Amino acid sequence: MQSEPTMTLSPSPLTSSGITSAASGGGVALPGAIPARPGTNWAALWADMGADFRRGIVKENPIFRQMLGLCPTLAVTTSAVNGAAMGMATLAVMVASSFSVSAVRRVIPGGVRIPAYIVIIATFVTVVDLMMNAFAHDLHKTLGLFIPLIVVNCIVLGRADAFAGRKPIPRAIADAAGSGTGFLLALLALGAVREVLGSGSLFGVRLFTESYPAFLLFVLPPGAFIMLGMMVAGGSFWANRPGRGEA
Amino acid sequence: MGSELALIALSAMLVNNFVLARFLGVCPFLGVSRRMDSAVGMSVAVLFVMTVASLATWLVQRLVLTPFGLDYLRTISFILIIAALVQLVEMVVQKSSPVLYQALGIFLPLITTNCAILGVALLVQQKDYGFLQTMTFAVAASVGFGLAMVLLAGLRESLALASVPRSFQGNAIVLVTAGILSLAFMGFSGLVRG
Repeated sequence: MQSEPTMTLSPSPLTSSGITSAASGGGVALPGAIPARPGTNWAALWADMGADFRRGIVKENPIFRQMLGLCPTLAVTTSAVNGAAMGMATLAVMVASSFSVSAVRRVIPGGVRIPAYIVIIATFVTVVDLMMNAFAHDLHKTLGLFIPLIVVNCIVLGRADAFAGRKPIPRAIADAAGSGTGFLLALLALGAVREVLGSGSLFGVRLFTESYPAFLLFVLPPGAFIMLGMMVAGGSFWANRPGRGEA
Repeated sequence: MGSELALIALSAMLVNNFVLARFLGVCPFLGVSRRMDSAVGMSVAVLFVMTVASLATWLVQRLVLTPFGLDYLRTISFILIIAALVQLVEMVVQKSSPVLYQALGIFLPLITTNCAILGVALLVQQKDYGFLQTMTFAVAASVGFGLAMVLLAGLRESLALASVPRSFQGNAIVLVTAGILSLAFMGFSGLVRG
């Protein structure tokens, strides 16, 4: 299984796929060390940002391809709404922390960068946590423990260390937004499938008549593992479908 | 008191197993369970760090955060304590016991981003546990983590010899296996109320 680089389940999430992808995935037009300043090739920067954004959605989708950040994915996707809320909270934290990490990347010495990144991320997680408690209290209660646990979500720290810590601000934001959107879409998809199968509704709206025998399994913990396994297998089947060549 | 502690232990170990029912620590659960020896090494490292980290965060909450009304700093301070602790443990183990360091060394840095550690620290505060309850909960939770780890590693070692459909090769079959394992653990529900 480990032959395909994007599927690597290496024990070191911070150094495995992220760095190699950051090194190979970006364009050649703009070396990472040079920030945007007057005289920058804006068209090239714009193209790089587009590539950075798209990369995180399908090719390096955090859930389906990199298998990072699975704890919240499996735990909160009992319904589409919960999945989407968790995805949006993570997306917000990712964009804000990638922006900050990229902004201070020259000031932080290499040896202490991980603790520094963790403090930055934890700050934004606290902000999101308090804001959700104030403005979306019910959702906050449902997601509970997993809001503060965004701090230890490997995707957030992974993108901060592998990409935002070495690229200019606009590209760091585009990259974080792309990975965050990929994460959000994966959570939304898993949540929608589990809600439809497990309770016969979507976004709280009933789809079937009362006689629908809800598969309770899919809203229970085992269903999360099994459904995600099925979806990963489906993705792999699609990628290797006949007539596609070697994917 | 004794029976309450036993209930906490049973609940954290089996009924609400950290990995299979609460989804805390899924990354190392899937990441380092390919071989039995690495699964055991990770479990021991988690047992060690989780116990010490729960003690440290419990003390900080009781002695600093609560008296000064700094509850909103809980996430930041806990993750910093855990990160610092992991570094400290790594250095101490490296100096004092090279054998142990060789066994656990590569697992220690990964533990900082293991959500089970921060999860236990936060859950203990949510449930307002006392000292003995906290310690029981932390040890039982990490034993439950180790149990799930070792079970999955055993399954994966036999899975390596099985012929798996092409689409399911890799992570998909591991996830489905973990799901069936979790299904087995559902059998414990109802053993302890709450």
